Amino acid sequence: MTSDVVVVGGGIVGAACAKAFLKQGLSVTIVERDLIGGGATAAGMGHIVVMDDSEAQFALTKRSIELWDELVATMPDEVEYERSGTLWVAANERELRAVEPKLEYYLERGVEAELLDGRQLYEAEPGLKPGMAGGFLVPGDAVIYAPCAAAWLNRGARVIRAEVAEVDDGEVLLSSGERLSCQSLIVATGAWATELFSRLPVKPRKGHLAITDRYPGAVRHQLIELGYLKSAHGNSTESVAFNVQPRKTGQLLIGSSRQFGVEHSRVEPHMISKMLARAVEYIPALADMSVIRTWTGFRAATPDKLPIVGLCPGYERTWLATGHEGLGITTSMGTAELLVDLIQGRAGVLQADDFGAERFPHCRV
Amino acid sequence: MPRIKINGVLIKVAENTSVAAAVMNADLASRVSVSMEPRGPLCGMGICFECRVTVNGVRHERGCLLKVVEGMQVSTDAV
Amino acid sequence: MRYDTIVVGAGPAGLAAARAARRSGNTTLVLDDNWGPGGQIWRGREGLDVDGVELQFSRQLEDVPSDAGQVILATGARELFLPFPGWTLPHVVGAGGLQALVKQGLNVRGKRVVVAGSGPLLLAVAANLSKAGAAVVLVAEQTPWEKVARFAMQLWRWPSKVFEGLRLGSSKYRAGLWPVEAVSGGVVMSDGVRYECDYLACGFGLVPNLELPMLAGCAIENGFVKVNRHQQTSVQCVYAVGELTGIGGVEKAEAEGEAAGSGKVVRGDHGLFVRMLADTFQLREELRKLARPETIVCRCEDVPLSRLGGCLNKREAKLQTRCGMGPCQGRVCGPALEFLYGWPADRVRPPAFPVTVRRLIDG
Repeated sequence: MTSDVVVVGGGIVGAACAKAFLKQGLSVTIVERDLIGGGATAAGMGHIVVMDDSEAQFALTKRSIELWDELVATMPDEVEYERSGTLWVAANERELRAVEPKLEYYLERGVEAELLDGRQLYEAEPGLKPGMAGGFLVPGDAVIYAPCAAAWLNRGARVIRAEVAEVDDGEVLLSSGERLSCQSLIVATGAWATELFSRLPVKPRKGHLAITDRYPGAVRHQLIELGYLKSAHGNSTESVAFNVQPRKTGQLLIGSSRQFGVEHSRVEPHMISKMLARAVEYIPALADMSVIRTWTGFRAATPDKLPIVGLCPGYERTWLATGHEGLGITTSMGTAELLVDLIQGRAGVLQADDFGAERFPHCRV
Repeated sequence: MPRIKINGVLIKVAENTSVAAAVMNADLASRVSVSMEPRGPLCGMGICFECRVTVNGVRHERGCLLKVVEGMQVSTDAV
Repeated sequence: MRYDTIVVGAGPAGLAAARAARRSGNTTLVLDDNWGPGGQIWRGREGLDVDGVELQFSRQLEDVPSDAGQVILATGARELFLPFPGWTLPHVVGAGGLQALVKQGLNVRGKRVVVAGSGPLLLAVAANLSKAGAAVVLVAEQTPWEKVARFAMQLWRWPSKVFEGLRLGSSKYRAGLWPVEAVSGGVVMSDGVRYECDYLACGFGLVPNLELPMLAGCAIENGFVKVNRHQQTSVQCVYAVGELTGIGGVEKAEAEGEAAGSGKVVRGDHGLFVRMLADTFQLREELRKLARPETIVCRCEDVPLSRLGGCLNKREAKLQTRCGMGPCQGRVCGPALEFLYGWPADRVRPPAFPVTVRRLIDG
């Protein structure tokens, strides 16, 4: 056996899994074909956020944040952890009213949250365009620098830079011809899950981002428009939603966009234009700010917006951890804990059935 | 000879002087780096970004690509 | 408005290309990021208009223009900077950099300058600085004396190659000498001597500005844009001329610009001179070891050498340390890292140069 656990995919999900297994005293090997934390992990915002598209999603993100919180004390500087909270912006009265049940939902489930009226909103974020109705503040959300987090979580695991040609039960065949075997094989390859398992309902969902030069103090919280939920949890071919994150450096990271059906990673000017136009509707001062770079990444999207975590159908020692869409950074922790629990036969906080591949009829064996 | 203000101080500058050269002639560093080092222009041609200053309220302007114009307000990081 | 030919860069190559394109009857536009024509070598020179061609200045492109029948990239070269202790002190400037600043109005009258680094540019810079009233204390070329002498003896092949102030007999010019540490008020050179100076003008040769060709998808070979004898790149309708195809100076630039603009094959063979320049001024091994662990390599993000050694390549260094994530997108640290670790150039992400959100919205 190569090691107790082999993880295919060195992104944040693979790394979180590695750490969780290492903590159990098991030996871990990570197989990554490019750079650790180099895929969606590097392209995204590094946002650690609670989200409520479904009970299952809420439970997964909530538990994940608890697990992230446990690690804060040991994180090195380069992970740049910051508990900056998330401020969901209600642009009008209708959106603000729709947020009231949301507040109840969060509080009932033990996640700190607060409704802001117009005055409080502008006190919190003076840079917002005038005329907005209020907001929904979740102070426990955080931001990290994900590529460094992935590298840190991997410490103690052996990393092999190689491409996997085939996956079997508890075994992988590398393109070099070498075979790696283990007690538990975890496949965490993100948007490229279907390269190894063609039946998985995982589709790449392209996203664009832009980052500005340094403008310290211009934005104080991660700001998201409430319409983000429609974009993220909808299925349209192309959508944008306002999402801006102030980085520790004072730079502003501006998103968000979603596209299905685009295979190439080239930056598309019309998407950048749409996305930035939406952003300026919330923070007018952005218009004059200097953008130093734009890029793209691919999220792994599933039909029900929940990741696929569990035994790979037809196998006994091969497990899946993919389909995290825009919540990979956050839910990497919950995913890892769920896998460890499943493999060791423990019941944890999360409901395994919510996340297993069998919930998709065509995935059943 | 255009007159400009650098960090609030009125200065007369020769024609066809760049903002970067004007700041250097005034013995000032253009900016302060991430680790608080004073920095001045390196390349003189717009690719190193060390000459960034605020001009007329607009941040991050490269001084070496901007000609000084009467009435310009320039401020460097170090203030 | 759609042009037959758009030329990016108003240096010798770009101007020659524009002239030739116009002569062949093309509607031609020249774009340059500076406020006047001439690029670097002809900065401030008068009389550089091209009849019938519009020159637009302060135009910095974030991507390759698409609204022209032909795009001729003439974006020239920039200096290769190497990190060494003290190189981020404000009195340390590029060699071409200090010359550019002087031409932009920097007053160096009576200032003591040490010019150091590599290449024929150092002598041109020293001559220009002297003309501007500076006291050039030393011109230090890192290449050994024998190589410089051999190079000088070959120059008879190219009678029109005039290197301003090429007075190798001058006591100020020393070969086989390089900076080891810049300190407040001066610089310590490799001979152990500390030279007092107001400016250290230091550049280790030239590297092509490949950002636009790479964004366009042009094939790059041995660090330069690959072109045929018509200066066509691997991308339909995109041409590259001048330093982009090889560091070879003004004559090569003009000949290539003429070829691209006229549609004819390039005049003359400049390959030998390009190779001679590269061989003569090859950077010596000692320069790889100048930086100390705490020496900053990425100036935009203040990333020291110590954080970079363990990385696999430029992308990993970027992701793990932010090296190259600043506004210069690796233009300064990139060539240095290529020299230090052999890491090949990483492409820039668009925009090639920072641009306002408003510009990106308007498209």
